[in-house]
Amino acid sequence: MAWTRNVMRVNLTKGTITNEPLNMDWAMDYLGQRGLASKYLVEEIDPKCDALGSDNKLIMTTGPLTGTCASTGGRYSVVTKSPLTGAIACSNSGGFIGNEIKNAGWDMIIFEGISPSPVYLYVENDKAELLPADDLWGESAWETDELIHKKHQDPLIRIACVGRSAEAGCLYAGIINDLHRAAGRSGVGTVMASKNLKAVAVRGTKGVGNVKDPAAFLKATEQGKKVLAENAVTGQGLPTYGTQVLMNVINEIGAMPTRNMREVQFEGASKISGEAMHEPRPTDGRPNLTTNAACFGCTIACGRISTIDQGHFSIQNKPEYWGASGGAEYEAAWALGSDCGVDDLDAITYANFLCNEDGFDPISFGSTVAAAMELFEIGAITTKETGGMELKFGNPKALAWAAEVTAKGEGFGKDLGLGSKRLCEKYGHPDLSMTVKGQEFPAYDPRGIQGMGLTYATSNRGACHLRSYTVASEVLGIPEKTDPLVTDGKPELVKAFQDATAAVDSTGLCVFTTFAWTLEDIAPQVNAACEGDWTPEKMTEVGERIWNMEREFNLAAGLTAKDDTLPKRLLKEAAKTGPATGKVNGLDEMLPKYYQIRGWTPDGVPTAETRQRLGL
Amino acid sequence: MQELSDRGMRITFKLYASLADFLPAGSEKHTIKIDIPDTSTPNELIDRYKVPRDMAHLVLLNGIYLKLEDRDRNIIKDGDTLAIWPPVAGG
Ligand code: SF4
Repeated sequence: MAWTRNVMRVNLTKGTITNEPLNMDWAMDYLGQRGLASKYLVEEIDPKCDALGSDNKLIMTTGPLTGTCASTGGRYSVVTKSPLTGAIACSNSGGFIGNEIKNAGWDMIIFEGISPSPVYLYVENDKAELLPADDLWGESAWETDELIHKKHQDPLIRIACVGRSAEAGCLYAGIINDLHRAAGRSGVGTVMASKNLKAVAVRGTKGVGNVKDPAAFLKATEQGKKVLAENAVTGQGLPTYGTQVLMNVINEIGAMPTRNMREVQFEGASKISGEAMHEPRPTDGRPNLTTNAACFGCTIACGRISTIDQGHFSIQNKPEYWGASGGAEYEAAWALGSDCGVDDLDAITYANFLCNEDGFDPISFGSTVAAAMELFEIGAITTKETGGMELKFGNPKALAWAAEVTAKGEGFGKDLGLGSKRLCEKYGHPDLSMTVKGQEFPAYDPRGIQGMGLTYATSNRGACHLRSYTVASEVLGIPEKTDPLVTDGKPELVKAFQDATAAVDSTGLCVFTTFAWTLEDIAPQVNAACEGDWTPEKMTEVGERIWNMEREFNLAAGLTAKDDTLPKRLLKEAAKTGPATGKVNGLDEMLPKYYQIRGWTPDGVPTAETRQRLGL
Repeated sequence: MQELSDRGMRITFKLYASLADFLPAGSEKHTIKIDIPDTSTPNELIDRYKVPRDMAHLVLLNGIYLKLEDRDRNIIKDGDTLAIWPPVAGG
């Protein structure tokens, strides 16, 4: 068993902390992390509850391989009901906090209720206490991290916390851990702040020694590391260029969402790409990229650490931003870059720094700014609302300003904190919101990558690439190449990716391993660590069970098949350039087949037979 | 500008990520315009610039993926863009 079998329950209303044994029957059916914590949430909250009310719960959860010597085994997730989408949310993060929670002896921490005043949870192995956080409230995530470290005089404490954006009610605020890693999507930080919970600080020294068969586990994890090292993507591509290597690829194939998804190719892509991050800047002769970085136990190390030119307009006279910090990953670079028409890499990096400093999702933020820029262009938003700022596509100063006001929830930053859907509704143009179920799109235009249209429309947490990354097959040829411009075969592909990803997200491992690993590589590692017979087939079944459980939560929360759709722009306005010229997304051709192979009714509801087969 | 004696077509040639090392001098932003004979195939260009074939993973002609069997065919036209990547991924 690589589970610690311990669950900490923190009732913030009463200020009590109790521990209870992990429900091992559920662990056998849902494994851990995303699957298992979602099971707890589904059993414990009313799906119709107010996401920001006292009835919602927030679960920080590790997987059975978190904290072990498996490569990338440092992941943790935050599961709750999302205020952005009203759907179930599960946001996954790397860094070091997951390992620390596990080493302190906990599989998960369940927060319920609302604290009467700001608090933070301090955990040192078995000892846990709620401490006052009045002095931390109003501070950024970076300052909070520093203040807690100073207070406890322990540099080895790992901290996950919210910044000022979450306190101000930004609906896509995330939870920042280890300064520049984030459980970023779906507003999980907004929920945390609504509970008056500023931070979770953890010190764990117990070790994770409870694997089922240590010799087999060492062998399986060594073998897994070998596969990662020898694979050209995980061994060379990701460490050197990070996810940002995709910028030029996706632009070339004509699936780069540009200027609020009006266009599918960005003329400035090469200037903000992974390659560009390596090139010396003409201004100071130094490259944007300082080094790569790894999360706990990761042998891939895809992370970006960047430095902005000290003479750049964004940080002149602001020495606090002169050092190296978390740089733009592809998703941030796209949303802050091409979607806003901005080709200034340092401005993008600055906005990304602020997303980390004050804990808000750069994807949702960038996409919301892009929508605001389009609203500005058509005159629905004017300088009256922006306090004089020319919120135009391509204006790096507008991007930097937007990040500053959203970080603190000041002025127009309040509107930007609503997210694209509510912003576009407020200003009378709901069709300009590029969202599904209220969540903003990631970096792949579904006119140029058809399977991603179905991925977005059916994702249980709203538009998301990490729920089924068919880009791997449709564009990159992993595990095998399919044609991105056709809809044939995509329902099957999407289902397979959704189920496998749900299983991987429940292990404690990083989904980026799947560029080299399949479930054939992962299952032996899980099986050697955990009780139960963990074959690839069983993991796929667990993934399918998780997917259907999340779906049922969403249906009970009030979402319907009508929500499995895309913005009109992507269904009606054809791509104007690139290989997808003349194409819209063929969602209508894919969705009925998808429901059918899922074992759902034509209305998208799991049938009694499907429920029975999966033990739901 | 790369001048070849039997100029037939002018195309845009792009090498990305670690393949950038194989670009000839004069390339900018991973891109160079080259003049090539009418009969050139993608694999001939890959060989000419000494890109190891097993590193030419994503070969896109005007943004469309070329299967292995298409890379020896005479399918390049004047004004086309040929862009090549080693195995890469992101998220
Ligand atoms: S692959 Fe990247 S995101 Fe995943 S664990 Fe490693 S460094 Fe972190």
